[in-house]
Amino acid sequence: MSIIRERAAIRLPLGRPSRRQPRRGSQRSAPPGPGHGRRLRPGRAWPYLLVAPTVLGMLYLLVYPLARTVLISLQDFRLRQLIRGDARFVGLRNYETLLTDGHFWQVVRRTFLFMAVDVVLIMLLATLVALVIERLGRLGRTAVLSALVLAWAMPVIAATTVFQWLFHSEFGIVNHTLTGLGFDSFDRYPWFAHGPAAFTILVLLIVWQSVPFAAITLYSALATVPSELYESARIDGAPAGRIFRSITFPMIRPIFMLVLSLEVIWTFKAFVQIWVMTNGGPGDATTILPVYAVQTALSSQRYDLGSAASMVTVLMMAAVLVLYFRQLFRQEGEAL
Amino acid sequence: MSSPRPRLRRLPLHVAAGTTIVVCLFPVYWMVVTAFKPNRDIQSDSPQLLPQTWTLDHFRTAVDADGFALFWRNSILVTLGAVLLALAVALGAAFAVARMRWRGRRQFMLMVFIAQMAPWEALIIPVYIISRDTGMLDRLPTLTLIYFMMTLPFTIVVLRGFIAAIPAELEEAAQVDGCTRAGAFRHVAFPLLAPGLMATSLFGYITAWNEFTYANFLIIKHQDSRTLPVWLSSFQNVFGTDWGATMAASTLFALPALAVFLLLQRHVTAGFAAGAVKG
Repeated sequence: MSIIRERAAIRLPLGRPSRRQPRRGSQRSAPPGPGHGRRLRPGRAWPYLLVAPTVLGMLYLLVYPLARTVLISLQDFRLRQLIRGDARFVGLRNYETLLTDGHFWQVVRRTFLFMAVDVVLIMLLATLVALVIERLGRLGRTAVLSALVLAWAMPVIAATTVFQWLFHSEFGIVNHTLTGLGFDSFDRYPWFAHGPAAFTILVLLIVWQSVPFAAITLYSALATVPSELYESARIDGAPAGRIFRSITFPMIRPIFMLVLSLEVIWTFKAFVQIWVMTNGGPGDATTILPVYAVQTALSSQRYDLGSAASMVTVLMMAAVLVLYFRQLFRQEGEAL
Repeated sequence: MSSPRPRLRRLPLHVAAGTTIVVCLFPVYWMVVTAFKPNRDIQSDSPQLLPQTWTLDHFRTAVDADGFALFWRNSILVTLGAVLLALAVALGAAFAVARMRWRGRRQFMLMVFIAQMAPWEALIIPVYIISRDTGMLDRLPTLTLIYFMMTLPFTIVVLRGFIAAIPAELEEAAQVDGCTRAGAFRHVAFPLLAPGLMATSLFGYITAWNEFTYANFLIIKHQDSRTLPVWLSSFQNVFGTDWGATMAASTLFALPALAVFLLLQRHVTAGFAAGAVKG
């Protein structure tokens, strides 16, 4: 991460590699000696006052809702309890109900499948695009980067709507092109009526929206690899595939792992696209965990089961987060 | 690369680059082009890549749609409120982290990093219930607060970087000259920070502008408090098969984000990579 940050900082208006600065700054504000410390004492409370609003906001808007999810998932909480507020504590019964429900396991399996397909495609394509950008000339590089940024900037809801239009059964350009290429079975093919087809479109949409960030980040990592390494490898006559495996990939591995874990976590953000495009349908062919949780809670008024499903989602994300943070701290432990 | 290669060998590279550009741009292009096409061209059996005739009818339909101005105003109010609040709060926190040494600083930054990864998709149910219990459903301030929290961690992380990049000696010189610490910060560091504040607030702006989930589930009965993303998602239900108007509405909604990103492309790529946040 700090590799990117430093490279990034060069392009930022106040650009300066920032890793040495904060240490110098903090040494300044640290009380150098006992006499000095006493003079700074009235200011002792200042940092705490300055971060107090942030801490309070996090407590009320993140910690409290999370604690509330845990609580509700351990209660019998339906519409009646929502209105009258007399929820009863039922222990782990909701988790038991969920974990013995075949339908729930189907959703979990689908979530993992969705995540795996998305992440593999994203990382593969992003690496390829990053390698292409690195080899291009100045002009081509700017063109590809601009295109990536534009796709990236497309608001989620707008992109979702456009994809619905692209895959429209009657007037959609995709069906028209496929029919034109000789695949007659795509004439008026109703993409959103078939489970696997709807699933595919969602994967395409997620990949289209996610590759830009991954590709740009990987490209900025690639640009830090010293070119002498490549030259000596080429002089030794190493083939391109071998160079990538033995030099390039090991060098960008930390950033690659960071992007990978971010993409895994961000799979859950697909909630928006799924909710708007298919609402989890047709049937439940595109229902992944967060969609399942919200449907259970807000559509069927089983807030308790929905919260339990949310907790399962949180635990899954937490497992990936641990990996992410280990990588992050290895990268910029001292910058913290 | 070091040695000029024959054109032919670089052909696959250029094909790959061209494909990337087309795949990235086509959906955006198709959205804009559809918005300008007359209905008979949209609903034709042979769609044209370039519209033969241009029309502004769809934009008129979209702008004249029920509540368009109202939802636009709501979106701007919520977004501005969230971004300004996040900037004010983050400035204090970032200053404390970058310039002061205190017990719990590392733990605080760890909290910020975790909050940046907050599982918002899994918190909809409790936030809905809490808002309902406290009478905050259907109200714009609720959304403002949530968007504030969504953008705050990222804002702190980036501003900390900006503040750390300003040499502390500048402020110290001002303090020696008789400024208070706060005064030194305000007169010396703050003007230098302006570009950083600008960039950060734009990221926050885009996040809040695009947010759909909470706007959809927390604004239920009071339709006048809806924001643009929710309006756009329901647009198809209202306009049914009028894809021209839908695409015009999408274009109008996407335009601010696209413009901002293109204008600030460099900062955007650099800043996003630094903060690892997606819009």
